[in-house]
Amino acid sequence: MSDLVRNIIRFALFILIQVYILNKIPHLHRYITPYIYYLFILWLPFSVSRQWLLVIGFITGLVLDYFTMTPGLHAAACVLVAYVRPFVINILTPKDTSEFNYREPSPKAMQWTPYAVYVFILTLLHHGYMVFLQWLDVGNFLDFIIKVISTTAISMLLIFTTELLVPRKLKFRTNTA
Amino acid sequence: MRNVFLFIRRYFTFFTFLLLQIVALWFLYSYNKFHRAKFLGVANEMTGRINSQYNKVEDYFTLKEENKRVHRLNDSLLNLQSRNFMHRDTIMGIIQDSIPYDTLGNYRRYTSRPATVVYNTINAQKNYIQLNRGSAQGVSDNMAVISSDGSVVGKVVNVSPNFSQVMSLLHVQSTVSASLKKTGEIGTVEWDGKDPQFLVLKRIPKTVDIKLGDTVLTSKVSFNFPPGYIVGTVADKKLDNATGMYILKVKTAANFYNLQQVHIIMNLEYDEQVKLNQETKKKIEDPKKTVK
Repeated sequence: MSDLVRNIIRFALFILIQVYILNKIPHLHRYITPYIYYLFILWLPFSVSRQWLLVIGFITGLVLDYFTMTPGLHAAACVLVAYVRPFVINILTPKDTSEFNYREPSPKAMQWTPYAVYVFILTLLHHGYMVFLQWLDVGNFLDFIIKVISTTAISMLLIFTTELLVPRKLKFRTNTA
Repeated sequence: MRNVFLFIRRYFTFFTFLLLQIVALWFLYSYNKFHRAKFLGVANEMTGRINSQYNKVEDYFTLKEENKRVHRLNDSLLNLQSRNFMHRDTIMGIIQDSIPYDTLGNYRRYTSRPATVVYNTINAQKNYIQLNRGSAQGVSDNMAVISSDGSVVGKVVNVSPNFSQVMSLLHVQSTVSASLKKTGEIGTVEWDGKDPQFLVLKRIPKTVDIKLGDTVLTSKVSFNFPPGYIVGTVADKKLDNATGMYILKVKTAANFYNLQQVHIIMNLEYDEQVKLNQETKKKIEDPKKTVK
């Protein structure tokens, strides 16, 4: 399966899961909304150029926005995540390897700890920015902090569960093949 | 000039980022102000299609509750039928006409049409409900929406040809005029964005004797909502010392967790009322323009 087809299927799956399962479950607490759809952006291949990352992020957010009737909210957060992603990857991967052995970020490609840091930073950015935009309309500062922390925690939990439960077939790329 | 181009090329990614951020924020703020999202017509048709497919499956899970509600409403309507009422007359029983209203000079002010909920959330700060009726079926903005058991759900804020978006009572910008059933004081029902089971009723003066469990109905002064539909019951009362008004916590009558069938209610005199309201404002508050 080519990268393109694989990512299109992933896109549809993530959006549908977010809209029809995570947004619809009777919510655990008023501070907690589980989010997972932006994992799509975190899983995009290394080879995607930075401009395309931004455009894909924008479209991903906007599609979700039209389902939840908040045009621009998730789009803004996703564009931020897509913009910061290459910097975080650069910092967390060793400098001497010029090429990646795997196609996309995963615990296998980056080791567990750097991958966890990568997911954590981007999750915190996504939720921080999104809750901030919502908070400009309503709410107080304590609400804002608690909401960011709790949604980040539950999203991290979801993402690592996904990593452990869903095996991604990642071929090891060698020069000989 | 060359340096300018070099500069733009060097920071091209950053400019793309800024541009997309600005577009996203522009979408967000223009929507929050006017509830008119960019490209919403097209997007609404698409999400509506997908939501209807999903809804076909989801409906089965709430059928039992829905049946109960419909049955209750049927029962109350059955009790209202004219054949239940007879004149106590020894000579003959007068059976009322099936349309007894016109002869007494009454006229129709509200009409309702049924609709099905295709998408609904309760866990955001701004919850919207999508219905499978749109402008092609005669739905327009500001129509009232009530649940199948007669409790208030929200009002229509946006329509596309075949779908419409309803601002739920569970929306931080929603305000609905409501009154206490017992004493008739009028206040506004809002939502504080916290618990989806409870709304907030404001502007009830502290002189009113309120008991927990009192019923809150839609008021007689609302343009959108017909009077007498249930909003909820008082669950907790608090006095705001600054204003001398109560802040009442109201338990919603509608169950937003499993909404399925709703009625869209249209006020046939809505346009006239709003127009009169606006013209009065213009006349009184800005008299120079009209007197010439």
